[in-house]
Amino acid sequence: MQLGEPPFAEVDDATRVGADPPNDHADYVGTRLRAPTQPLVILPATETELTGPAYGESAVEPHDADLTRQHAAEPLGQRIVVEGRVLGSDGTPLRGQLVEIWQANAAGRYLHSVDTHDAPLDPGFSGAGRCLTDDDGRYRFVTIKPGIYPWGNHPNAWRPAHIHFSLFGRAFTERLITQMYFPDDPLFPFDPIFNSVRDEAARMRLVSSFDMELTEPDWALGFRWDIVLGGREATPLEDAHDD
Amino acid sequence: MTEMLGLTPSQTAGPYLSIGLLRDLVPSALVDPDGAAALRIRGRLLDGAGDGVPDGLIEIWQASPAGADDARGFAGFGRSGTVDDGRFEFVTVKPGPVAWPAGGLQAPHLAVGIFARGLLKRVVTRLYFPDEVEANDADPVLSRLPHGRRESLIAIAEDDALRFDIRLQGPQETTFFAV
Repeated sequence: MQLGEPPFAEVDDATRVGADPPNDHADYVGTRLRAPTQPLVILPATETELTGPAYGESAVEPHDADLTRQHAAEPLGQRIVVEGRVLGSDGTPLRGQLVEIWQANAAGRYLHSVDTHDAPLDPGFSGAGRCLTDDDGRYRFVTIKPGIYPWGNHPNAWRPAHIHFSLFGRAFTERLITQMYFPDDPLFPFDPIFNSVRDEAARMRLVSSFDMELTEPDWALGFRWDIVLGGREATPLEDAHDD
Repeated sequence: MTEMLGLTPSQTAGPYLSIGLLRDLVPSALVDPDGAAALRIRGRLLDGAGDGVPDGLIEIWQASPAGADDARGFAGFGRSGTVDDGRFEFVTVKPGPVAWPAGGLQAPHLAVGIFARGLLKRVVTRLYFPDEVEANDADPVLSRLPHGRRESLIAIAEDDALRFDIRLQGPQETTFFAV
């Protein structure tokens, strides 16, 4: 040790306490060759970790938040409004946050060369959106409800309907990519990605609520989903080891 | 005392992340590639079988060249998808030193975040520079890594670029951090 200090402690990812799933979750077959196996080195937060990128009004255009109006034709499917607030864990609204989303079309097909699901593409739908949160931390997207689609994880595997969300938070440590689900999806019990979140209360925070207040007469159903960002996970002291 | 809200859990970015995240907004070239200070960083994202991960996303976050106090006009943040055999590439500039909370400076480094299908949450590492031997030897992070966990964090000088391969598993698994 150059500085005469002891080495940083390490922690096994599986023992970390918090909302996030462990990366090692064999039911999700894609993790088996990709989840790191060595313990994580516990890094004190420095200026590098306590800062992060910020994007302003120039990063978004009005049509970015309305995925139904990005093409000459409107997309097929159930039109929906998805709205919610981005909050710090103390309830502080996070203003001016860039929110990026992507999703399958109503038939359950992504506009992506890797997606070979035998379902039609929709010339009226690309499936990508972004917006900035307002002074109350509020974001709002207009889109269509994404379809359920099969995947190759196990026999007869189907993903619950979901929208991918990407958020920055106030610091590098708060960066989050996640998925928003829809209430009462019958596929929840069978989905290894959803069920990778071990704590049930945390898992249910991934599920939006149907909201009649957001529902617009003769036009679109409303779903509400708040997102809470913070330092990602605590390290239980009794599980940390020194070398 | 405010009651703390439960955090929203992470979920995998999945195989289609490029639809949402590799559009026009965040470049892999943080500076003009033809500029005098432009520095190319190339690498491969590799899985436990040694195969390239073709559907990942690498993000870098760094201080500006003059150090963390001067970020004018330099976003400090970039994204590169991984393609084919797991290759990614950035064009950036070497950051200046960043303060260490207990005093002193850290060696120049990039914070690196990795997302992919098969990763349920981001994994985080750092890239250090091979021509900063003295600063690296004195660095408060590199000098306190457990035995054998330093080498994977230092990029390798090649002809016209730095190489930084990221190994998610295996005997040469990259050192990842809990942050």
